[in-house]
Amino acid sequence: MATHLDTALDPLVQAAAAAAPAKPEKHTVMMPIGVPGYTLRTEAREVPVSEPPVLAVNSELEFIGKPTERWDAHYKVSGQAKYTADIQLPGMLYGRFLNASVPHAKVLSVDVSAAEKYPGVKSVLVIERVLGNAELRDPKLETPSRYPIVRYAGQPIAAVAATSAHIADEAVKLIMVTYEEMPFVTDQLSARKTDSPQVYPGAADQAGSAGGGGGPHGVPQTGNVHGPSINKKGGDIEQGFKDADVIVEGRYVTQVQTHSALETHGVVADWKPGMLTVWASTQGTGSVREEFAQYFKLPKTQVRVITEYMGGGFGAKFGAGNPGVVAAQLSQKAGAPVRLMLDRKEEHLSVGNRPDADQIIRIGAKKDGTLTAIQLESFGTAGCGTGAGCAGPATNMYKYAALHTAENDVFTNGGPAAAFRAPGHPQGAFALEQAIDELAIKLAIEPLDLRDRIDENSVRRVERQVVRESALWKSRNPVAGADSGPVKRGVGMAQSVWYRFISMNSSAEVLVHRDGSLEVRSAVQDLGTGIKTVLAQILAEEYGVPPAKIAVRIGDTNYPVGPDSGGSVTTASLTPAVRDAAWQAKKKFLAEIAPAYGTTADDLQIVKGEVRSKSGKMQPVSFQRAAGKMKVDSVSAQARRIPDYDRSKYETYGGVSVVEVNVDTETGRILIPRVLAVHDCGRPMNPTQVISQINGGTIQGISYTLYEQRHLDPNTGLMVNPNLEQYKIAGSRDIPELQVHLVESYIGQSSTDASGIGEAAGIVAVGAAIGNAFFNATGYRMRRMPMVPSEVLAALGKVPQGGLKA
Amino acid sequence: MADSGQFTGDGESSATTSVSEGTAKSNISRRGFLRGAGITAASTALIDGVQLLHREAAAETIKGNAHVRELGPGPVPVTLNVNGTEHVVQIEPRTTLADALRTHLGMTGTKVVCDHGACSGCTVTLDKVPVNSCMTLAIEVGSRRIGTIEGIAQNGQLHPLQVAFVKHDAMQCGFCTPGMVMSCSALLERNPKPTLADVKKAVSGNLCRCATYPKVFAATLEAAGVAPEKSIS
Ligand code: FES
Ligand code: FES
Repeated sequence: MATHLDTALDPLVQAAAAAAPAKPEKHTVMMPIGVPGYTLRTEAREVPVSEPPVLAVNSELEFIGKPTERWDAHYKVSGQAKYTADIQLPGMLYGRFLNASVPHAKVLSVDVSAAEKYPGVKSVLVIERVLGNAELRDPKLETPSRYPIVRYAGQPIAAVAATSAHIADEAVKLIMVTYEEMPFVTDQLSARKTDSPQVYPGAADQAGSAGGGGGPHGVPQTGNVHGPSINKKGGDIEQGFKDADVIVEGRYVTQVQTHSALETHGVVADWKPGMLTVWASTQGTGSVREEFAQYFKLPKTQVRVITEYMGGGFGAKFGAGNPGVVAAQLSQKAGAPVRLMLDRKEEHLSVGNRPDADQIIRIGAKKDGTLTAIQLESFGTAGCGTGAGCAGPATNMYKYAALHTAENDVFTNGGPAAAFRAPGHPQGAFALEQAIDELAIKLAIEPLDLRDRIDENSVRRVERQVVRESALWKSRNPVAGADSGPVKRGVGMAQSVWYRFISMNSSAEVLVHRDGSLEVRSAVQDLGTGIKTVLAQILAEEYGVPPAKIAVRIGDTNYPVGPDSGGSVTTASLTPAVRDAAWQAKKKFLAEIAPAYGTTADDLQIVKGEVRSKSGKMQPVSFQRAAGKMKVDSVSAQARRIPDYDRSKYETYGGVSVVEVNVDTETGRILIPRVLAVHDCGRPMNPTQVISQINGGTIQGISYTLYEQRHLDPNTGLMVNPNLEQYKIAGSRDIPELQVHLVESYIGQSSTDASGIGEAAGIVAVGAAIGNAFFNATGYRMRRMPMVPSEVLAALGKVPQGGLKA
Repeated sequence: MADSGQFTGDGESSATTSVSEGTAKSNISRRGFLRGAGITAASTALIDGVQLLHREAAAETIKGNAHVRELGPGPVPVTLNVNGTEHVVQIEPRTTLADALRTHLGMTGTKVVCDHGACSGCTVTLDKVPVNSCMTLAIEVGSRRIGTIEGIAQNGQLHPLQVAFVKHDAMQCGFCTPGMVMSCSALLERNPKPTLADVKKAVSGNLCRCATYPKVFAATLEAAGVAPEKSIS
């Protein structure tokens, strides 16, 4: 399985390989492997001798793996948590962008004189380099200009910083921009036509981010079509289809979704001589520091990034971005700190989205279900960026004899996409998993049974067994469209797939203080996933001290470097470093206190919060009392991530989503009464938080499938719903009864053997599961998202097809 | 107001209403406000009813029988009773209650998410009725008691609802959490034994992108001592 990972995130893997240190001395240990209750066993692993002892399975531990209160919950429920939007510094100014009002234009002039004179305005900036858009391979194709070409309505052009938000709002309105408008195109199908207006006059590529995203570089480009990016695996695809007894084929169309995190992108930048301090709403303090240092040619020692709390990112918040570099420049010019938070409209327009997709998938199979061929051709628009590929699920979910995928990015005059929770996978799984369902029906094989034959992943096999035994699955009528009334009930399932990515930029320091207090430090940020709690649990397990008593200091580049949180890397990457540091600090601590008890460090251990002598040289004393014997104020140890123990044993992660729908065939409304989500993420460190994330991913998946859509007006190029009233996301009344079943699985890869859950959690599979449930309810296939009533009625043949027209 | 407080709609997740439309206590004449806005641009508010105003800041005009006073556009002193404490802030009449709390009083627990009345992230209470503080001008609050997230815990002790939120992990990033707590605490004030449907209705305007809703429901029902029920059996 490790042989074909989604290429979008490959740089992380490469970085991991490149950063591997020289070979350390190793010994063989036995580690738990598999799923307790199903496949648990032990396997040998060669691990460095410096590693802590093998961590037992969760049932044998005191703190790790136990439902644990979120470490910072108290601050969040009481309003004390300070987010970037809440930072107020003395003399702080308020920044505001002026954004392009047209979707495609040359900027001829920008007159800021009135804005500069406006009382209360302290600095004004005309943007000369805009970040995030794709860039021409040959910049000479465009006449050089001081002003970047406008590629989408909402692209930032200038900015002001003023003493109040009101003044900043008024001042940007005084900036006069003259445009030479150019023809534009906002929808993917039109943009693919040979006579379409061109977003770029030649081939262009977009850089990726730490969260993935960005498309392949160097692929062919014809007009707006950047691609294809071709991937072939196994044997000859034509032969594969010749060998098939059955072929299914379908076209699947999905829409653009915006991230819509509740806290918008933004920073507070405080530029002082010798030190730029930035509070950022980011998924990567390290990525922000990196981009600031590069952009302004500053040594990293002169950039500090702080993210104590952040209000959601979902893949779109990496690097300094336009808000970051502009706020820093405004701050430098004004000599005062500047807060620049985007407003809701800007958040929809300019800082990322999930690309749409128009896919044709074709699958060939033998009578017994064996897949002989999978062929996928996809087109998607990432606006004026790239990264709309969606072949991950088709490539990585099942075994097949031959695979051929061709992914195309289509440039349009829309804001650039960004990585969004499992980039490409919800789109790809929407097609793949409905096609597999169709295949199961054609072959008259039960959908779970078919997957048992073609899915080699050992954990998903267990997950399907859990589904098979569930009341929800048992309540499914295998006959599609069996209900006679207008409201038809159906149950469907689909699978998700995600990968094990490790960031070697993962290190931490653990300190033991003489008063018995414990502290862990890392630059890592907590997006709401709960990494703070997990770090506290790791120290708790080593020292027998409750997690709430551990001081967790994160979200600051002054601490040891932490991973950027994208691609579900954080828990998998950072927790082993933290456990290693906790273990090493413990050894130092025991050596520090041993003389006071007339013994040696080797004779001492910490058990259930007590320091005990193995030989009985001393009576057990509490950890805290023992700490009082330290001769120095504190001891500490820093550790960094070491490579996984045995990458040849990798499997993918994933889960199985089961959805019940009630389809009102008269009104076209889909209601979702119940969902069962069965998921794995290696060792669940804190089941409470894992379940929160699975709830979140599942509901986001429902929201994406049924409601969300960015609408760009083809006549003006403007987004018509850049708000939260007309851009509809799931609310309380849309929430099903949601049952999560966590499958604990051990893979023997690190000192914690933990993995992430963010991507695999629901959003990948839910759309297809709804589609399959829809078919089970009605006997019709729903191949389009969002499944709004007009599309539902169209799928049922009751009204003509709306939306994208071929 | 309906029993849902700010949510007067019955079916869809309704956007919330601003105070001036939703309650009888508003001190602004809506007509006068609009007329004033038309004459003197958006930065001026026309107010009738004077008890909330400091005389020195007001220029008086007489229109028919009504006693009408014009404020702004510059800052005027306004007294706000927040969590039982009176604060005088110098604010422009156009300042929203959310902005007055966050920027002028430094009480940043109240979050601004959409600034349009669409997400309830900025929910506070006025005399225990939840409102969107982004859709409420600070000067129209008058003598009503403002309740914010900072006032829910008492003497450093979390309110039982907050305790239940912590226990059930009814948050992820936490950005929607203050608004959720405010909506749910207002619900429990007016309906100590809500059903699941009541809770869903009470937070029907509160958006949570991390989609922590199931745990918000569970926490609120537990705080009310109501056994959890299935949404659909
Ligand atoms: S309703 Fe006030 S910020 Fe959204
Ligand atoms: S917890 Fe993140 S928005 Fe609700």
